[in-house]
Amino acid sequence: MKVVGLRSALPAAVLLSLFTGAAGAADQGAPAVSTQELQSKIKYCNSCHQPLGQGHRGATAIPRLAGQQIEYFENQLQAFVERRRYNDYMYRVVHGLSPQLRKALATHFRDLNPKPVGGAPGELAAAGRKIYDEGVETASIPPCASCHGPEAKGDGMMPRLAGQLYRYTQKALANWSQERGQDPKKQDTSAIMQPIAHGLTPAQISAVAAYVSALE
Amino acid sequence: MKLIRSTLASLALVFTSNVALAGDWGSTSLGERLAHRNCAWCHGTSGQGFATAPRLAGQTRQYIENQIASSRNHMRDNPKTQAFMWGVAALTSREAAVHLAEYFSSLSARPANDGNERLTAEGRALYRDGSPAANIPSCVVCHGPNGEGRAEIPRLGGLSYRYLKRKLEQWGEGYHATALVPMPGIATKLSAGDIEAISSYLSFVE
Repeated sequence: MKVVGLRSALPAAVLLSLFTGAAGAADQGAPAVSTQELQSKIKYCNSCHQPLGQGHRGATAIPRLAGQQIEYFENQLQAFVERRRYNDYMYRVVHGLSPQLRKALATHFRDLNPKPVGGAPGELAAAGRKIYDEGVETASIPPCASCHGPEAKGDGMMPRLAGQLYRYTQKALANWSQERGQDPKKQDTSAIMQPIAHGLTPAQISAVAAYVSALE
Repeated sequence: MKLIRSTLASLALVFTSNVALAGDWGSTSLGERLAHRNCAWCHGTSGQGFATAPRLAGQTRQYIENQIASSRNHMRDNPKTQAFMWGVAALTSREAAVHLAEYFSSLSARPANDGNERLTAEGRALYRDGSPAANIPSCVVCHGPNGEGRAEIPRLGGLSYRYLKRKLEQWGEGYHATALVPMPGIATKLSAGDIEAISSYLSFVE
């Protein structure tokens, strides 16, 4: 797998022209993101999240960013900075990013569409699909599809789950309260998922995580 | 050259001949037998490494297998690998590689402790935090908090300072190895001082 520098430069250049051109009255005076700065930052993100944003299971499960909803992406970056979402590495990463750069990054990743990295136990997918489509009535858990979409593509502040790393989704659900909503004085959108993450059993978490990890 | 030729000859004999492996080995695994006959010369009898030959003990299985494979297909091309491992890997079957990897990964590893102790604090900080301003990611995210690695990502904890330093420099010099993504991009951003610090720190990690 090689870093494809040239191929990633073109969409970024197109993005840049869209931003600076369509900025409009509201953004008058807002400094545009230089191509060089954006490219350097993308390469930096790529070193963990991979050149096509597909994610990677290293010592930590590094999530897929490709195809992610822009609003969700930006919300997470903000949550990292405010320590509402606890992650030492991402806090340091996002710390110095301007809002313009964050938006440029969000847009860059949203437009990527590599195949999922896969690797989840295939036998769990059927059970996972049932939970995804129907929820778990006995535990008052709604179908994931109602918010995340029938194809797990997400919508606005609700993240895309399709193609997300199995291990990452597993850990996210299992550790929800340890990582998200860390500021009791400032409740955020992560509160929606709290009862759901808590209500799912470990086996159900694994099943759902396996199911969405294979979706394209 | 004579040494390499004769080493290669003896290696060829061992790998192709079952006779050499039969006999009074008792319950020793095939991997251990192969390692003692073929790898110990350079990598040490307990796989702890010697001079430029890195420690293999406690390394991840997938990484070892991948290095043998990439030495066989010449993707891994730094000078020492060319000189020593290309010939060796050409004679190492995939099956043998699996056995060797399993054996070495099961050995307990001792840290080399050959770095500069005064640089460990700086090295630890760099290893853990990277440098977001300079677009250098944290090493922990892939290599783990104690440099333990995972699957194809190598264990770095306790590897020799000299070996790690050369590896990091080699990425910047244009040499290739299995981690084409993302190591060259990361290593080329490290200053000489960064490399000294990180390599020193890791050499002490258990």
